[in-house]
Amino acid sequence: MNKQPIGIPGITMHNTDSTYRLVCGLEIHAELKTKSKMFCGCKNDPFHARQPNMYTCPVCLGMPGALPVANKAAIEWTIKLGLALNCQINLFSKFDRKHYFYPDLPKGYQISQYDLPFCFDGRVDTSEGPVRIRRIHLEEDTGKLLHKTVNGEKVSLIDFNRSSVPLVEIVTEPDIKSASQAKEYAKKIRQILRYLEIADCDMEQGGMRLEANISLIQEQAPADTLPDYKVEVKNINSFRFMEQAIHFEIQRQALELMAGRTPKQETRGWDSTHNTTFPQRSKEDAEDYRYFPDPDLPPIRFSQQQISTLQAQLPELPEALFIRWEKEYLVEPRYASMLVEDKVSADKYEGIFSQLKQQQLDTNKLASMIVNGKLKIKEGESNTQIIASYTAATQTDQVDETEVTTIVQQILEENPDAVARYKAGKREVMGFFVGQTMRKLGKKVDVSQITAIIAPLLK
Amino acid sequence: MLNTLTLKQALDKVSKREVSVSEIYRDVRSAVTKDNETLHIYLSQNDQAEQQAEQSADLPLKGLPIAVKDNFLTKGLPTTASSTVLEGFLSPYESTVTTRLQQAGGVILGKTNLDAWAHGSSTETSQFGRTLNPRNTAHLPGGSSGGSAAAVAADLCLAAIGSETAGSIRQPAAWCGLVGLKPTYGRMSRYGVIAMASSTDSPGPMTKTVEDAALLFNHLAGHDPYDGTTSPQSVPDLTTSLNQSIKGMRIGVIYLDLPGLESIKRIYEKELQVLEQLGAHVEYAQAMDPQYAISVYTVVQRAEVSSNLARYDGIRYGHDRSLFGDEAKRRIMLGTYTLSKGYADQYYNQAQKVRTLFMQDYQKLFESYDVIVSPTSPSFAKKIGASEGGVMFGELEDMLIEPSSIVGTPGINVPCYHDTATNLFLGLNIMAPMWREDLCIKVGHAYEQATNWNTWNHHA
Repeated sequence: MNKQPIGIPGITMHNTDSTYRLVCGLEIHAELKTKSKMFCGCKNDPFHARQPNMYTCPVCLGMPGALPVANKAAIEWTIKLGLALNCQINLFSKFDRKHYFYPDLPKGYQISQYDLPFCFDGRVDTSEGPVRIRRIHLEEDTGKLLHKTVNGEKVSLIDFNRSSVPLVEIVTEPDIKSASQAKEYAKKIRQILRYLEIADCDMEQGGMRLEANISLIQEQAPADTLPDYKVEVKNINSFRFMEQAIHFEIQRQALELMAGRTPKQETRGWDSTHNTTFPQRSKEDAEDYRYFPDPDLPPIRFSQQQISTLQAQLPELPEALFIRWEKEYLVEPRYASMLVEDKVSADKYEGIFSQLKQQQLDTNKLASMIVNGKLKIKEGESNTQIIASYTAATQTDQVDETEVTTIVQQILEENPDAVARYKAGKREVMGFFVGQTMRKLGKKVDVSQITAIIAPLLK
Repeated sequence: MLNTLTLKQALDKVSKREVSVSEIYRDVRSAVTKDNETLHIYLSQNDQAEQQAEQSADLPLKGLPIAVKDNFLTKGLPTTASSTVLEGFLSPYESTVTTRLQQAGGVILGKTNLDAWAHGSSTETSQFGRTLNPRNTAHLPGGSSGGSAAAVAADLCLAAIGSETAGSIRQPAAWCGLVGLKPTYGRMSRYGVIAMASSTDSPGPMTKTVEDAALLFNHLAGHDPYDGTTSPQSVPDLTTSLNQSIKGMRIGVIYLDLPGLESIKRIYEKELQVLEQLGAHVEYAQAMDPQYAISVYTVVQRAEVSSNLARYDGIRYGHDRSLFGDEAKRRIMLGTYTLSKGYADQYYNQAQKVRTLFMQDYQKLFESYDVIVSPTSPSFAKKIGASEGGVMFGELEDMLIEPSSIVGTPGINVPCYHDTATNLFLGLNIMAPMWREDLCIKVGHAYEQATNWNTWNHHA
């Protein structure tokens, strides 16, 4: 656990207790990849649309008289996500209107969920401790503003292809204690969204967006106390930027606090060119979205039976897969963790592993070769083909030890610098000697066998 | 004059080839030419109506001319909701109700005036000028569907479509002396109707007779995949409820003893005897004081209005927000206030709780009675200018209807008195349990047949 107190070198502190710990919560938005949009029948494919506003209708344009009808698949997917994140499910839920003015919001309100989100009280485990999920709700995305110059005139254009695309928002409790934990958590959420095959999470396009609520509190404050301010860094579109933004804010806020000031409650953005956050708008006046239940959408009721059915439809999630692979196929965690990354590949590996096991071949070895790039799986290759190339690659020619020794001695003589470096402790030079030996031999030889010959000669 | 035919009479005569649809159009058009300017009923007229009628000859409604309130989106004609904010707006899509009307062979003759955004009970708040009551032009037609009511009363169409949020069909029908059916909330699609208060808006027919209302309802009602609040249950054929005996039916009378109704009470007492003579058991019933419904309705409706009008943000539709009239501005401000943090619990959430009490009250009433009846409006049509300066004009006018509106139950107005001196009417509001429009029709038709108040009853 990374629980190092945060201190700023070179800063004179007003009191000796001025070390702080991070209090951080994340809000993650992800667009669901349902066929149609959240409240109308328009195609949900904003990133591949050939032209702006081609996937629109009276409903997602917010025309007078148009009415939303909820997309059942999007609701079910949200509940599946909740179940995957160990949430409780509200059997009675509803949609609410969240009001604010913005040109990309055609109705003057966004259909969202206020006090009865579909999912609540979940939990995700990270290597630095658990992160509790406060809620997961479903809402609609907005249109997109494009600021352009047309015929020499500066104009703002609106593309509604994204308007009313289903969007889940996953909100954590302020449990995150470090930037690295924030990153691990967020990556895990993306992985699960992809495993469930409900979101592509294309971060560059905005298919997944991160927001971090960041504040600091005195290190010795009791565990559950929350700071009396909160800085929200919005619209971060990469894990790295989020990590950097949190680091930046820790420094910035610590300086403020040490100077005896409470950092301003505000929303900030991330400037990836200068690696800084910058103020966007003050949040001192609490926003008032005037939420109320959307009268156009009847409340939604689920039976426990329906929830159980959705639970049964969940695929095996990476965490479970990871454990089972170790148990069933003896795949080491360090490889398994890499191979469970995405579902399509994991499904493929599962097939290969099970076949290898039947043939009583070394599964862990294959896993290591895939991870180290020594065995490349080609598009459309069958499991049998893959296993064939695996066995071919691991088959080694028998070599004559004297022949190898002669060659090795020759190589050592030709490369005194390398020998010196090895002797100076640069153990990775061994790889160079092995490679040279193999080339001269013109054969594929078991690496461990060659190493065994080289090592004593280098003493 | 063929424009004075009821929808049913016209259909029969066209079927029997006694008259042609084009002859009917000729008479309707000449009446429109003669009276529309004075009465100010149609905001736009369909000059293609006759051609469209020819193409609809084989359909059930045979191409007959129907007036449509100007808050239904129509592809061919502009839609304004009587607000200059939407002046010149041509919708790219058609409302479900007008689509069904046309699929059944009805032709939209024109779009009728209303209180701007349907905010009102007088049609005086229309930003394109007020409509006059055809029965007596010194008086108001009521509202908000005042234009549609006047179009029927003046025989400038054979039937009309209106929409009601709380009284907007039944009250103008009462004031203009015609039939107005407000279906159960969720029975008729709101898709393509400019939203006023989404949780109570209900489109419905405004017609010369109860029979016409049943006929038109049959073509327009039913589940709509584009409106999630419409009910999937099947629609009864309301024409089977015509000419039925109401013997033995239990009828509860409410609101007759309220202060302010003294002058009309005796008239209603006499008319209720008609129902008794038809064999129904009529008795006075105790209902929750409707003044609380005004509070509930005012809070809920203003909140929904402030939200529903947010889309007219000045970015689209070509006109600035400053064009909103005073009434719309008042409602936006009040609604915004009641939904604000710290106030929502006091107002909006509290109103919803009282709304639930009204629902329970009505539920209880319908345990004892098949239908309940009351005056539709506390008065005859008011004089022109009456709404000006009275910010709660509509709510007081619609007080007797608002409880059933916030509950969602169906109701029908049938004319129940005619004052010969003023040529003005009173109406009887017959309310039934949810989804039981058939009971409104059954009682309404029996009453209509037993009395002479309906001015179209005597046509051969």
